[in-house]
Amino acid sequence: MKKIIVCWLAVVLTILGVAGSARTANSPPAVGGTLPDIKLPIPNDSAEKNYLDLGFFGFGTFKIPEIKAKLVIIEIFSMYCPYCQGEAPNVNQLYAKIDDNPSLKGKIKIIGIGAGNTSYEVGTFKKKYNVPFPLFADGDYVIHKIVGEVRTPYFIGVKINTDGTNRVIYSKVGTLGGVDDFLSTLIKLSELQ
Amino acid sequence: MKEHGRHFLFVLLTGMGLLIFIYAPASQAAFGLSDVFKNNIYNPGLLKPTDSVSKLKAGDRAPNFTLKAVSGETISLRQYRGKKNVVISFVPAAWTPVCSDQWPGYNIVKDIFDKHDAILLGISVDNIPTLFSWTKQMGNLWFPVLSDFWPHGKVASMYGVLRADGVAERALIIIDKKGIIRYMDVHDINKRPPLEDLVKELEKLK
Repeated sequence: MKKIIVCWLAVVLTILGVAGSARTANSPPAVGGTLPDIKLPIPNDSAEKNYLDLGFFGFGTFKIPEIKAKLVIIEIFSMYCPYCQGEAPNVNQLYAKIDDNPSLKGKIKIIGIGAGNTSYEVGTFKKKYNVPFPLFADGDYVIHKIVGEVRTPYFIGVKINTDGTNRVIYSKVGTLGGVDDFLSTLIKLSELQ
Repeated sequence: MKEHGRHFLFVLLTGMGLLIFIYAPASQAAFGLSDVFKNNIYNPGLLKPTDSVSKLKAGDRAPNFTLKAVSGETISLRQYRGKKNVVISFVPAAWTPVCSDQWPGYNIVKDIFDKHDAILLGISVDNIPTLFSWTKQMGNLWFPVLSDFWPHGKVASMYGVLRADGVAERALIIIDKKGIIRYMDVHDINKRPPLEDLVKELEKLK
């Protein structure tokens, strides 16, 4: 009888352990933690390459902390998501506010990742809303799974440290909730100013 | 011995139950679903990709139909004859994951449909009140949304896209101005058809 109980406990604990790790892997990036490994293709467009300023050229992939910036804002979006469509002008405005401010330009950069969107669909969204920052396709939901299968839009703020390490300072579903408020919140959280 | 067997069965069932808990497709957002729908989307899980018997193919004459739209209009296929190419988008059901993020994408590409002199008709077997509530979350759709609720799924059945459980397939059909079917994609119900596939087919209409 004792053997059976031990055996039963072993099975349950093993499975719960697997469950625990599986659930953790599917959680959205937590504030205070590091950004999970996300590989993105180096853009073909030279303006986008210059914007990201990866410090290396050519083809292949890069990781988000390799972007030359002190803070990277990642928007998980979809061309098919009504909120993302409605929010596009606000995110463009956020980009413009950063670009127009000499103390922020080059330090804060924005990228978008289209969950379940093909390159064509991401391109359609970019053209429709004149999105000035790089957008990446995630047609097979590979990145979407890494970031915990979040609803869209989802914003992640990642502080890039000088030693190459990074820390998630913002991780939230939904709209920006006001461009100025969002920007000042992220500046404060990243201790940029 | 019998008791041993019972205990073994208990351990086995507990293990199986936990595994199902871990791997069940519980996440509503697994499809990158818009936050606009909050937690109101029912996830049926992974379904059989297609579950209907095809009746029509490219080159066939498209059967006429008349259905009520959410807007209150009554729309017949034949009213577009000689005037517009018609794209029909059958979706399985309101308030489900992939469907909820399909038509909102078409809503921002009216220019593509205009460029190819095409109208889009969205059809589902849901009733008008359900379609009204659901499509309201998508913003103002520029295209008519038609209810094939009663007689249940009559049009879907006519086009060979009614599944065994009474919902429609996820299908895209292009009908030219002469009323001839030029493209028919009965898609895997679990996946959204890539927009470029539809655009490529619209470009062939010239």
